[in-house]
Amino acid sequence: MTERVEVTEAAKQIIDQLREEHGELMFHQSGGCCDGSSPMCFPKGDLMINETDVYLGTIHGCDFFMSKDQFEYWKHTQLTVDITSGRGSSFSLEIPLGIRFVIKSRLYSEEEAKDLSPTRSGEN
Amino acid sequence: MSDVKTASVNVIEKPKFKDQYENFIGGKWTSPIKGQYFENVSPVDGANFTKIPRSTAEDIEKAIDAAWAAAPEWNNSAAAYRSNLLLKIADVMEQNLEALARAETWDNGKAIRETMAADLPLAVDHFRYFAGVIRAEEGSVSELDSNTVCLNVTEPLGVVGQIIPWNFPILMATWKLAPALAAGNCVVLKPAEQTPVGILILMELIEDILPAGVLNIVNGFGAEAGKPLASSSRINKIAFTGETTTGQLIMQYASKNITPVTLELGGKSPNVFFESVMDADDEFFDKCLEGATMFALNQGEVCTCPSRLLVQESIFDAFVERVVERTKAIKLGHPLSPDTMMGAQASNDQYEKILNYINIGKEEGAEVLCGGGAAYNEGLEGGYYIQPTILKGNNKMRVFQEEIFGPVLCVTSFKDEADAIEVANDTLYGLGAGVWTRDTHQAYQISRAIKAGRIWVNNYHNYPAHAPFGGYKKSGIGRENHKMMLAHYRHTKNMLISYDKKAMGFF
Repeated sequence: MTERVEVTEAAKQIIDQLREEHGELMFHQSGGCCDGSSPMCFPKGDLMINETDVYLGTIHGCDFFMSKDQFEYWKHTQLTVDITSGRGSSFSLEIPLGIRFVIKSRLYSEEEAKDLSPTRSGEN
Repeated sequence: MSDVKTASVNVIEKPKFKDQYENFIGGKWTSPIKGQYFENVSPVDGANFTKIPRSTAEDIEKAIDAAWAAAPEWNNSAAAYRSNLLLKIADVMEQNLEALARAETWDNGKAIRETMAADLPLAVDHFRYFAGVIRAEEGSVSELDSNTVCLNVTEPLGVVGQIIPWNFPILMATWKLAPALAAGNCVVLKPAEQTPVGILILMELIEDILPAGVLNIVNGFGAEAGKPLASSSRINKIAFTGETTTGQLIMQYASKNITPVTLELGGKSPNVFFESVMDADDEFFDKCLEGATMFALNQGEVCTCPSRLLVQESIFDAFVERVVERTKAIKLGHPLSPDTMMGAQASNDQYEKILNYINIGKEEGAEVLCGGGAAYNEGLEGGYYIQPTILKGNNKMRVFQEEIFGPVLCVTSFKDEADAIEVANDTLYGLGAGVWTRDTHQAYQISRAIKAGRIWVNNYHNYPAHAPFGGYKKSGIGRENHKMMLAHYRHTKNMLISYDKKAMGFF
């Protein structure tokens, strides 16, 4: 089975650091505008998740969600959460560290596409 | 880094900045309560150039206190008084236009040509527009029957919160500030953490104009300063420009206090060119080519960036060839050089994100027609420069659906009007769109069929103060610009007056 969301070692270290300060965390993939199209990291439960969101998987202990309508355009690509240096803005928790979570994407191979990790509605 | 060279570097003097800036609260420059600051980096060369307060909930509380202290007087002040102060702000901005433009360019990375000709002049005009509007507008009265009069009076909301994006820092702050102040509100404003300096320099210039506490600026990060502002039960409205998840989060925080919200969020704006544009190679066609190339304005960092170019099949090859030619003529260079057409992306993470998108576009099979990578700017090796890029593909590709917020144009074709409308509307967003044609019937009908708040017909990227701007669908709630904006910063007080001496007869 191929996971829909992966996470790099560098991003894992940042998740650990943020978890120490803020407790359990969650990710929500943002849509457009200034700081958009980037994964947002919040204290778990800070952003209300419901049936308009899709659960894509769990990365380093954090559930990863995306809006359902946005997922329709993203579902053929595997996402990897990484970090990059730089001053982003938004309410994402890593911003004060001077780094930003970023998404790297790749297309699934035909073989992989037959056996992807299951998604579920965010309400569950 | 790419080895594509841009314009050779001119020796351009960096504007002068203080080593450290402060918050502006209650009419005074105030250090953050916890005493923390963060480094502010210029995207021009990737180097730190000043320190900015890293404020927290305590500073936001202090600013809201100051705003409420000023509110009784300001909320009830005469329109003529407020109008005159807004005019003074506009005059001071105009007198210092070049200094502000240079600071803004250093902070954001955009070309000085744009800050001088667009950001600052538009901001000046915006203050004047709202100064004028509040002198001329009136409430309304209707006589419901011979004894009953309905009197509608507007009242300011009180104290409002505003969170500003980094793409046009001073102009976006002005879009929010001018109507809020004109309507009689006190404001707590948080600039974007990438680009706070232009707004702070503007505040230094105008600090003696407004009464203390009317305008308060608190700097910091979203999670530490933005969240307490948006969550506060002591603000009467929160206005935000940014991306969708933060928009949702702000609505959620505001919902706990039933605080009204206006949101200006993302876009993936279609720029639609019908075959008649190529009926002649004339002045208008030249304007069309410029219109298609508008994706590079502000390095593509505009919510309404015309990032999807939809061209009618019959002219596709010929038209796109000319657009590529026009795009290749874009001059990248030092943002402070007056002939530079495109400067730096605003931050390193933006830069990385844009390059990631170009890669996923290539992986999905999009053909690179020009650009396609980073650019090298001699002498500015640490800066964040990207070549204007055109990708040919189809509307289902991720690069056609997601806001890249960079100089990346995605081009595809359509068959006929019905197809154009379908492709144009196949997006989660509805902020802007362009419609280009020599057929006036077509111009009207297509504009009405595209679900977006702003349709530019035979032009693009004009933002006059008296044209309402805002989004359909996931692009937001409410409008900015135009006098209708005042309604987002006001209550309507309805006085229902009876001149009938008789009881109603129920009890």
